[in-house]
Amino acid sequence: MPGPGPRMAMGKPQNAKKTISRILSYLRPYRARLVLVAAGILLSALAGVAGTYMLRPILNEYIVPFAATGSAELGGFAAMIAALLAIYALGALASYMYSRLMLTISTGALSSIRKDLFNHMEDLPIRYFDTHTHGELMSRYTNDTDTLRELLSQGLPQTFSSLITVLATMVMMIVLSPVLMLIVIASLLLILFLIKTIGGKSKKYFAGQQKSVGAVNGYIEEMIEGQKVVKVFNHEEEAKARFAELNDQLCKQVTGANTFASILMPIMSNLSHIHYAVTAATGAAMILGGHLDIGSLTSFLQYTRSFFNPITQLSQQFNSILMALAGAERIFDVIDTPVETDDGYVELVNAKRLPDGSLTETDEHTRLWAWRHPHAADGSVTYTELKGDVVFDHVTFGYVPEKTVLHDVSLYARPGEKIAFVGSTGAGKTTITNLVNRFYDLTDGKIRYDGINIEKIKKPDLRRSLAMVLQDTHLFTGTVRENIRYGRLDATDAEVEAAAKLANAHFFIEHLPQGYDTVLTADGANLSQGQRQLIAIARAAVADPPVLILDEATSSIDTHTEALIEKGMDSLMAGRTVFVISHRLSTVRNAQAIMVLENGRIIERGTHDDLIAQKGRYYQLYTGAFELS
Amino acid sequence: MLKKLWQFTKNYKRFLLVCPLLMIGEVLMETLIPLLMGKIVDVGIAESNLGYVLKTGGLMMLMSLCSLAFGAGAARFSAVGGAGFAKQLRKALFDKVQTFSFYNIDRFSTASLVTRMTTDVNNAQNMVMLCSRMLFRAPFMLVIATILAARINGELVMIFFVAVPVLAVTIGFAMSKAHPRFTAMLKKYDALNASVQENLIAIRVVKAFVRSDYEKEKFDKSVDDVREMQLKAEKLIVVMMPIMQMIVYLCICAVLWFGGNKIVQGTMLTGELISFISYVTQILMSLMMLSMLLLNLVLSRASIGRIVEVLDEVPDIQNGANALDTIPDGSIDFDDVYFSYKKGSENYILSDVNLHIKPGETIGILGGTGSAKSTLVQLIPRLYDVSRGSVRVGVHDVREYDIEALRDAVAMVLQKNVLFSGTIRDNLRWGDKDATQEEIEAACRAAQAHDFIMSFPNGYDTDLGQGGVNVSGGQKQRLCIARALLKHPKVVILDDSTSAVDTATDASIRRALHEEFSHITTLIIAQRVASVMDADKIIILDEGRIADMGTHDELMARSAIYREIYTSQMKGAEA
Repeated sequence: MPGPGPRMAMGKPQNAKKTISRILSYLRPYRARLVLVAAGILLSALAGVAGTYMLRPILNEYIVPFAATGSAELGGFAAMIAALLAIYALGALASYMYSRLMLTISTGALSSIRKDLFNHMEDLPIRYFDTHTHGELMSRYTNDTDTLRELLSQGLPQTFSSLITVLATMVMMIVLSPVLMLIVIASLLLILFLIKTIGGKSKKYFAGQQKSVGAVNGYIEEMIEGQKVVKVFNHEEEAKARFAELNDQLCKQVTGANTFASILMPIMSNLSHIHYAVTAATGAAMILGGHLDIGSLTSFLQYTRSFFNPITQLSQQFNSILMALAGAERIFDVIDTPVETDDGYVELVNAKRLPDGSLTETDEHTRLWAWRHPHAADGSVTYTELKGDVVFDHVTFGYVPEKTVLHDVSLYARPGEKIAFVGSTGAGKTTITNLVNRFYDLTDGKIRYDGINIEKIKKPDLRRSLAMVLQDTHLFTGTVRENIRYGRLDATDAEVEAAAKLANAHFFIEHLPQGYDTVLTADGANLSQGQRQLIAIARAAVADPPVLILDEATSSIDTHTEALIEKGMDSLMAGRTVFVISHRLSTVRNAQAIMVLENGRIIERGTHDDLIAQKGRYYQLYTGAFELS
Repeated sequence: MLKKLWQFTKNYKRFLLVCPLLMIGEVLMETLIPLLMGKIVDVGIAESNLGYVLKTGGLMMLMSLCSLAFGAGAARFSAVGGAGFAKQLRKALFDKVQTFSFYNIDRFSTASLVTRMTTDVNNAQNMVMLCSRMLFRAPFMLVIATILAARINGELVMIFFVAVPVLAVTIGFAMSKAHPRFTAMLKKYDALNASVQENLIAIRVVKAFVRSDYEKEKFDKSVDDVREMQLKAEKLIVVMMPIMQMIVYLCICAVLWFGGNKIVQGTMLTGELISFISYVTQILMSLMMLSMLLLNLVLSRASIGRIVEVLDEVPDIQNGANALDTIPDGSIDFDDVYFSYKKGSENYILSDVNLHIKPGETIGILGGTGSAKSTLVQLIPRLYDVSRGSVRVGVHDVREYDIEALRDAVAMVLQKNVLFSGTIRDNLRWGDKDATQEEIEAACRAAQAHDFIMSFPNGYDTDLGQGGVNVSGGQKQRLCIARALLKHPKVVILDDSTSAVDTATDASIRRALHEEFSHITTLIIAQRVASVMDADKIIILDEGRIADMGTHDELMARSAIYREIYTSQMKGAEA
C-alpha cells in the first residue's frame, strides 16, 4: 500500500514555463482542432456578450417606444428577437463544438501522458523503485493525472473563455457608458484586493490541511494494514484514541480551509450585487439627467453580472492551474528519469549447428541458442553456444556506496551444476542473484556468462536466458494459464500444462473452480502462499532457460509438498545451471557446490560432504538444527 | 443510505440546518433586488423622481449587504458542519474497523478499507457541504422567483411552466443515461490503477522475464479503454450543457416577445419586463446548478455505498454477557472442533479436532500447506469462532471470557506480522505499555533480539519506519516474538514465526523459551522438523484433521507422515 503523506502532495511548480511547454507538446497532434476550439470559445463568449448588448436596441428602439406610444412596429421587433435568438443559438452551437472537441483532445493528450508515464516507468532501473515508494509513484497516476485532466478539460478552456468574456464585456461597458465603467473599475479593485487578502490568509490553512490529511491517511493505512496485530494485542482503544487526536486536528484544519474556499463565492457574488445596486441607482440618476437611456442601462446591468462571474472563476482557476502544473511537473520528473542503460551488443539468437560443427544463426525454432557477438574492429561475427557457464570474478558490490554488501566474491558454476548459497539473513545471498541478471551493476569485478562479460550482453537477452523464482511470489490479475504463460508468451496450452505438472501445480489448479481459466485477483490473494509459489515455479519452467535462479522458492511450501515437487524440480533443474538460495539446508544438500556466505564474503565452499567434514560454519548450521534432539 | 449517514451530523446539525435557512435569506435578497430595479425604472425614471431612485438604490445596497452576510455565514456553517460530519464519519469508520473480527477484516481487503476511510469520506464531506448550501437554494430560488415573476405578470409566467418541465426532463434523461456510463468508466479507471499497482509490486518479475513490452501493450489497451468509456460518458454532459443554455435563451426571447406585446397592449411596464428577464436567468441558472449538483450526487453515491457497507458490517465476535475476565491457567482443550471460514458451510477446514494441552507444555504443530495449522491456533485467542464443538482455555470455553482478557493471556505471533512506525521501544511496548527497560531487555534477550538491537547506533530508540522497513525479515520476526512475550501471557503461539531466522538462532529462541518461560504454554507451528522435535507433544495435521500426535520418538515409531517429513529434511545428516 502507498505510504502516507505524498499521496495528497500539493505545492508550486518549480519551472512553470518548461512544464507548460511540455504539456503543449502533448497537445501538438491536435493543433488543427485546437484552432477550432479557440475559435469556438471566442465565438461563444462573443455571442454571449453580443446577446446582452442586443437588449439595448430591443429596449430603446421597440419596448420603450411601445410603452410611450402604445403602438407597435411588430415586424421589426420580431426580426430583432429572431436575430437575438440566432446569436444565442450560434453561441450554444459554438460552445457545444468546442466542448466536444476539447473532450477528444483532453482525453487523448491524457492517454498519451499516461502511456508515456507507464512505458517509461517499466524501463526504469530497479534502483529507482528501491528509492521511491509505491504510494509516491501511484499518486502520479491518480492525483497528479487527475488534476492535469481537470486543467486540460476545464481549466484551460474556462480560463480562455473567461478572459475573452471579461475583455469583451469591458469594451462593451465602455461603449455603453464610460461613467458607469468607473464604478466597475472601483469595484474591481476592491474585489482583487479581497481575493488577494483572502487567498493569502487561506494559504496557511491549506498547507495545514495537507499536513493533517497526510498524517491521518498515513495513520489509517498503517493501522488497517496491521489490523490483525492490533486485535491480537488488544490495541484497539489506543488506536482509537490516537486516531481521534489526529482526526480532531484534521477537522480543525479542514474547517478553516473550507471556510476560506467557500466564502469567496458568496463574497464575490454579493459584492457584485452591491455593485449592481450602485450602478442601478447611478444609471437611473443619469437617465433622469438625460445622460443615459434605459436600454443602455439594462444591457450594462446585465454586463455587470457577466463581468464579475468570470473574474471570480479566474481567481479560483489560478490555484488549480498551479496545482495541476505542479502535478504535471512530478509526472514529467518520472518521465525524465534516465532509464535503465543498456550498452550491451551481444544478442541471444536461435542457432543451428553446421556440418563442420560450427554454429550459425537461424530462424528455425531449434532449442539451440547462441550468443551473437559482433566485433566492431573487423566487422566479423562470432557465435558462442548458450550453455549457462557463470563465473564471478572478484565481485564487489554495495547498494549504496558507503555500504559494501559483497566483498571480493569469486565463484564458478559449470553448465548443469547446482550452486547453493546458505547463510543468515542479510549475508548477501539475494544480492548475488540480483547481480547475475543485472538488476544492479557491479562496483568492482566481473561476471562472465559463457565467457562473455555480462555487461556486453543486451539486458533483455541476458534476462531471457535466466529464469527466476523469487522469494516474494508476484502473480498478475488474469487467469492461471496467463500467469504461467508469462514465462514464455508463445507457449501452447499443452506446454503450460506440462510446466504445471512439472511443478506439481496441475493437481490443485484442476481443482480450482474454473481450472486453468480461474481468474486470479489482487496478487493471487485467492490462493495460498504455497500454491502461488507452485505457479511461480511453473512460470519459470515454461520459460525453459539454461540458467535457473531459485531464491527461497520453496520457503512457503511445506516440506511434505516440497518432497512431492522435488522430482519435478529435479527434472526442471536437469541440464541447467541452477542457483539455489535457501534457509532449508535439506534443499541444498545435493548441490555440486555450496557457498556459505557471511557478511558478504564466501567463508566456506564445497559439497555437502566436504563441508560437513570441514566441521566449519556449515557444519555448525547443519548440526545446529539437530542440537536440540 | 442517506438516512444512515445523517446520524453523523450530530453535534453539527445546527450548522447544517441553519445553513439552508441562511441560503433562503440570500435567495430572498437576491430575488428582491431585480424587483427593486424594475421599480427604479417604472417609478423613479418614469416619474423623474431622483429621491426615489436614490432611496431604492440605497435599499438595494442594504439588501446586498444582508445577502453577503447570509452567504458568508452559510459558507462558514457549511464548512464547520461538513468538516464535523467528516470527522465523525471517519471516526465511526475507524472505530468500527477496530471492532472487526478477523472474519470481517478478511471480507474487505486492506486497500479497500483505506480507500473507504480516505477518498470516500472526502467525497461524502464534499457532498454534505454542497447539499447544505445548494440543494435547497435552487428550489427556493425557483419558488420565490416564480412567485415574484407571477406577481409581475401572471400570463408571462406561463413560459416557465413550459420551460421548467422541458429542462427537468432533459436533465433527468441525461442523468439516467450518464449514470451507468460514469459507473462503467470509474470501474475501468480502478482497473487501470490496479494494474499500475500490480506492476509496481512485481517490477522484478516483469524485468526478470523481460515482459515490459508485454505489460506496456496491456497498459496501453487499458488506457484506450478508459478513454473510450470517458468519451462515452462525458459526451452526454457536453451535449446537455448547450441544450440547457438554449432553453434559457429561448425563454429570454419568448419573454421579450410576449412582454413586448403586452407593453404595447399596456398590460405591462418596461421595468417589469427588465425584472422579469432577470428572474428568467436566475431561475434557469439555479436549475442548471441543481443539475450539476445531482450529477455530483450520482457520482458520490458509489462512495456512500462503500462507506455504509463498512458501517453495516456486523462484527461476528463479541463479548458475551457476564464475561469472565481472569484466565485460571494455560491449559488448552479442543473438544470435537469443526471450523469453516464460510458461515454455515459444511465444507470444514478443520474437522473433528480433539486436543488436550496442560499448562506449561510445549506443543509442535506440523503439517502440509493448507492443512489448517494457522486456522487451528487462531481459534485459541478467539480470532475466529468455531463452527461446531468448543475450544477451552483454562477450563472455560473461550466464548465465556472477556475478549480482551483472553487475548492478553494468549499471545500470538502471526505468520504475517507487522511492526509499526515509531521506535523499537514503542513497538515492544505494544505488549505492555508500562514495561520497564529491564523487562523489555529480558524479553528481547529471550527472542535473541537484544544483541542486534544494541548493534544499532540508537539501540532501543532506533526508528523503525513505516512497516518496520529498517530491519531485516529475521530481525522483524524476533522483535515480534519479544513483543508477544512482553504481554506476560499464559499461552504463547508462534505461527511459523522464525521462518526467516537461521536455524542456530531459532534453536536459541526455543531454548530461552523453554528455560525462562517454562510456565507458559507454548505452541509452535513450523516448517522445520528441528523446530518442534523437542516439544512435549507434536501434532501432525493433515487436511484439517489430526493425523497423529505424540513425542518425537513415538511419532518416529508409528507415523509414516512424520517419518517422511523427518527423513526428507534430515537425510544425510547422520552420515
